[in-house]
Amino acid sequence: MHADLAAIIAPGFFSSSSVQLALVVGALVAIVAGTVGVFTVIRGQSFAGEALGDIGASGGSSAYLVGIAPLWGFVGISVAAAAVMELIGIQRARGRDLATGIVLGAGFGLAALFLYLGSTSSSTTGATVTILFGSIFQLDTSTLPLVAVFGAIALATILVIYRPLLLVSVSPELGAARRLPVRLIGSLYLLAMALAVALSAVTIGAILSTALLVGPAATALQLTRRPGRAILCAALVGIGVMWIGILLAYDSYSWPHHGWPVSFFVVTLVLIAYIASRVIPAPARKRRG
Amino acid sequence: MTSPGATVTADPVAAHDAGEALRVEGITLHLGGRTVLDDVSFQVGAGEFTGLIGPNGAGKTTLFRVILGLQQPTSGSVRVGGGGRSGRDVGYVPQKFLLDPDMPLRGRDLIALGLDGHRLGIPLPSRTRRARVQEMVEAVDAQAFADERVGRLSGGEQQRILIAHALISRPQLLLLDEPLANLDLRSAQEVVGLLARIAAEQRIAVLISAHEMNPLLPVMDRVVYLAAGHAASGTAEEVVRSDVLSRLYGHHVDVLRVHGRVLVVAGTGHDEHAPLDDPGDASAPVEIV
Repeated sequence: MHADLAAIIAPGFFSSSSVQLALVVGALVAIVAGTVGVFTVIRGQSFAGEALGDIGASGGSSAYLVGIAPLWGFVGISVAAAAVMELIGIQRARGRDLATGIVLGAGFGLAALFLYLGSTSSSTTGATVTILFGSIFQLDTSTLPLVAVFGAIALATILVIYRPLLLVSVSPELGAARRLPVRLIGSLYLLAMALAVALSAVTIGAILSTALLVGPAATALQLTRRPGRAILCAALVGIGVMWIGILLAYDSYSWPHHGWPVSFFVVTLVLIAYIASRVIPAPARKRRG
Repeated sequence: MTSPGATVTADPVAAHDAGEALRVEGITLHLGGRTVLDDVSFQVGAGEFTGLIGPNGAGKTTLFRVILGLQQPTSGSVRVGGGGRSGRDVGYVPQKFLLDPDMPLRGRDLIALGLDGHRLGIPLPSRTRRARVQEMVEAVDAQAFADERVGRLSGGEQQRILIAHALISRPQLLLLDEPLANLDLRSAQEVVGLLARIAAEQRIAVLISAHEMNPLLPVMDRVVYLAAGHAASGTAEEVVRSDVLSRLYGHHVDVLRVHGRVLVVAGTGHDEHAPLDDPGDASAPVEIV
């Protein structure tokens, strides 16, 4: 029994401080991403989420250049990009892809510049891979309070505007007829999404961050027909894929090409979870849930 | 539990005593150099079932937006009930309602959002709230499908849920924008019967827009006929007459009564004077309204 467990969980997994930090940060990020992500999927803003993550790469890389924690860069750039998208007109159905695309292009251009500048300076070796694809085992303990604070802001925003956000996401017209400030609600949501994406970027990288935002949420939407449960479910699925991903990545130090990226495992597990939720017929799901 | 709408304006009972749920006075609206509404005036009495009839493009949705306070008229005034106006005095069922089938929202969740969708924070479990929702589910005969995802319901079922959503805050006035447009004949009859019953039982004034008046003829107390931005109101016998409608359209139209059905047909010989804004309408040889 003990040997079986050891085969799954490599020795030192729970005693390693970087693993402990990864598990805590991963869980926090998964909760925030799942909660925000349910609305991303409902509102059909996955592309905007993807763009905010990609744009975050420029922030993360510039943070490396000036020598501060990448999370500051991710958050700063994602929030700024969300503001620009809002100004260009992401809330209009026709302006949505346009606003996203324009900001996305500009962000990637900056990322290219900063990553190039970074590659010419010897102190930031590996920054490119870290920024784009994440490296959760190399997090600094000082990141934890930042993750907690930004995560709390995103979560609090969603929980406070939960009902108005749900109503305008279902139908902006119904919201407007009830005199809800549809645009303000959309802007607050965009802010929460920018924070969630920035947090995800720290764990699995800027490029892959939407996988954690959208994947568990899309899975949850298949499993339950109630909005509150969908959020709980998305958070749990997120924690699940994150922790199993961390475990597998830790195990992979003894595999060929030692130390596979956590991001690879996480996004693969996200995909498997989503496909399973669509493919596996669940009689229980038909009736209740 | 008091209705959230009732606290905002004059006592609804007093308004009902006054016998007036809606007074529209001299509404004129210019939009982009076009006169969309031209001196539109009419009243809807408490508990009255009124049809807002007119061809597509006549300005019915725009008039609803003015009544809801979402569109500022160029001149004129709108008064709901006895006193001031707030979104929750008016229940609204919008014309287009397209939901993703995967939206994690049951019929009863959408109805509940009609009660407290404007409130901040997450909804706490409440027996009163559940009972109010169940009461509305039963009022619109939605017991069989209230626990299904709204996005997977049929058009008629969605209409019932939306009607319950609009009515749960106990408005004095219910606006429905083309609710019969995408329904088969039987569902349309059921929805009309349901609305007529609710209007009578709960003394709620119903203003329902439609381009086809025949399904409404058996239940309509009054007709507001809107054509080319002009309106005439009264009983169906008073309004749906060749002379009245010809004046609204600005060209000759015939009103034919066949087997209890009313057909409004563009007259011959005056077509060159047709001042309709929509060329599609003007060129139609026969227009059944």
